[in-house]
Amino acid sequence: MSITLAELCIVACAEAFRTSREIIATGIGPIPRLGAGLAKLTHSPGLLMTDGEAFLVEQPVPLGATGDERPMPAGYLPFSRFFDSAVWSGRRHAMVTPTQIDRFGQTNLSALGGTHTRPKVQMLGARGFPGNGIYHPNSMFIPAHSTRVFVPGEVDRVSSPGYNPARRIPGGNYTGIDLRRIVTNLCVMDFGGPDHAIRVISLHPGVGVAEVQEATGFELIDAVEGETVLPGEDQLALIARLDPRGIRSRVLKDNPPAEGRLQ
Amino acid sequence: MLTIDKTMDAAAVVSRLRSGMTLGIGGWGPRRKPMALVREILRSDLTDLTLVSYGGPEVGMLCAAGKVKKLVFAFVSLDEIPLEPWFRKSREAGAIEVLELDEGMFQWGLKAAAYSVPFLPTRVGLGTDLVELGELKTVTSPYGDGEVLVAMPALKLDAALIHVHRADRRGNVQALGPDTYYDEWFAKAADECFVSCEELVDAMEVSYPQDVMANLFERCFVTGVSEAPGGAHPTTMPPSYGWDMGWLKKYAAAAKDPGDWSAVAEWTVGASEADYLASVGGQEGVAALPLPVF
Repeated sequence: MSITLAELCIVACAEAFRTSREIIATGIGPIPRLGAGLAKLTHSPGLLMTDGEAFLVEQPVPLGATGDERPMPAGYLPFSRFFDSAVWSGRRHAMVTPTQIDRFGQTNLSALGGTHTRPKVQMLGARGFPGNGIYHPNSMFIPAHSTRVFVPGEVDRVSSPGYNPARRIPGGNYTGIDLRRIVTNLCVMDFGGPDHAIRVISLHPGVGVAEVQEATGFELIDAVEGETVLPGEDQLALIARLDPRGIRSRVLKDNPPAEGRLQ
Repeated sequence: MLTIDKTMDAAAVVSRLRSGMTLGIGGWGPRRKPMALVREILRSDLTDLTLVSYGGPEVGMLCAAGKVKKLVFAFVSLDEIPLEPWFRKSREAGAIEVLELDEGMFQWGLKAAAYSVPFLPTRVGLGTDLVELGELKTVTSPYGDGEVLVAMPALKLDAALIHVHRADRRGNVQALGPDTYYDEWFAKAADECFVSCEELVDAMEVSYPQDVMANLFERCFVTGVSEAPGGAHPTTMPPSYGWDMGWLKKYAAAAKDPGDWSAVAEWTVGASEADYLASVGGQEGVAALPLPVF
C-alpha cells in the first residue's frame, strides 16, 4: 500500500512537536493527535498526553479505542486544573486548526464577517486560544490550504495573538508567544522570517512554491530546503498502531497518496 | 436538635430566581449540565437573563426560547456537533449581547468573584480582540516590573445552578466522575447556589461516607437541593450515564428544519420533568446511555 499524504502530514506534525522538555502535547483532530502520539513514541519521550478527558497516559490512546484498548492512566490532568498546570505555566504545545490565519500568525475561531453584535457566521468562540497563544508554543494543521484560511490583511476576529506590532500595548508581556509550524496539505511553514514572517520550509512531493503562494492570501518567504520527509517504515507501523481503524484516511480530500502528484 | 433541610423541587428553585438575574450554569459544553433545572426555567416566565456558562445545549435552548439578554462565554458547543446551531441563530440574528472570553479568563473571573476581589490580573487577552470588544481594562503591576496586564473582572453570579451525583438534605454534595470542570467556582462565585442531584439521601455520613473526597464544595455554599435523576440529560454525567447524541443530533437538526423553537419546545423541554424523563426512556433509559469515548 502506498504512503498517504495524511501519513506524511502526521510525520510533519510529529516533527513540530519535537522537544526535549516535559510538556503537554495537545493535538486537536486526528492528524495533529497522531502527530503528537508519534512524537512521544519516537523522538520526544518527555511529552505528556491526556486520554482526551482527564487522565494522563504514557501510551497514546489509539483513535477510536474502546474498553481494553485504552491505556491505563498514569496521571491526572482534569480541566479543573488545566490552566494552572498546562496553559499558564507554559508547559504545553497545542496544534489546532483555526478557521482563519493571517500573516502575523493571528488566528480566528470566533466569528466571520458582520459585526461583533451580529456576526455573519458565528463559530465556536475564542475557546482557550487567547491563553494558549500568549502562554505556550502553538502549531497549526490546515487540511485544505487556501486563501479562505490564509487570509489577506487580518483575520476577521483575533482569537489568538500573533506577531502583529499594531496589537501590542506598552508594558504588556508577549514573550510567551511562540508559533512553531504550520503543516498543510501542500507544505510545511514556520515563522522564521524577519519579524517572524511566515516561510515555506518544505514542500510536499510534487508541490511548487508558486502553487502554495497562489493558495495563500499574503506573501510567503521561500525558504524551501527540500521535500517534506516521507514517513519511514517504523513510523508507518506506529501510525497504524495509533489509528487501527484508519480514521486518518478521512481527513484529506480523496485521501491522496503522498507522492500522487509525481505520477 | 434543630436540623437543616434545603430540599426543594425544581419549581421551588426557579421561584427563587428573578428575571434579569445573572445565572451561572455549571458543567462544560455537553457535560454535567443541570438540565432539569434549565428545563424548569424554560417552563417558567423568567426572562432577560444573563447567562455565564461554558456553553452547551442549555445556552442554545435558553437563547432560542428568548430567555437570554446577554451571554458570557468562551465557547458554545455540543462536542461531536462542534457548533451549537440554536446559539448560532441567535448570534447571527443579533438577538443577544455577549461578553466573549477565553476559557481560562472565564474561570479567573469566577475565582475573582469567589475571592471577593474586583478583578484578577492575567496576560490572557493581550494581542486579541477580546479586550477591546469586551471593554476590558488593563492594570499596571505596582512592583518593579511594571507589567501591564488585563484586569479580568469578577464574574459575580446572582445564582449558580449545578448538577451533582449525590446530595443530602443539608446540602452536602458529592460530585463523582473524572472531571468536575469549574463547578466549585460557580458555587463560590454565586450569592445562591442551587444543586440538583441524581440521588438525594438523608445524611451523607450515613449513606456515602467512603466517598467524602467527592465533596466538591462545602454545604455553606448550597442554598437549595433538588432531586433530579437523569437531570443532566441529554448531557453526559460520568460515571452514571453518557450524553444522548441521538437526542442532540435531532435537536441540532431542528434548528434548520423546522427552525422554529415553538415547534420543538414540547419534546425538548416537556410539560413536566416527569413527562420529559418518560419521553427519553425514563430513568433506566438514561442510565443505559453509554459514556462517550474520546
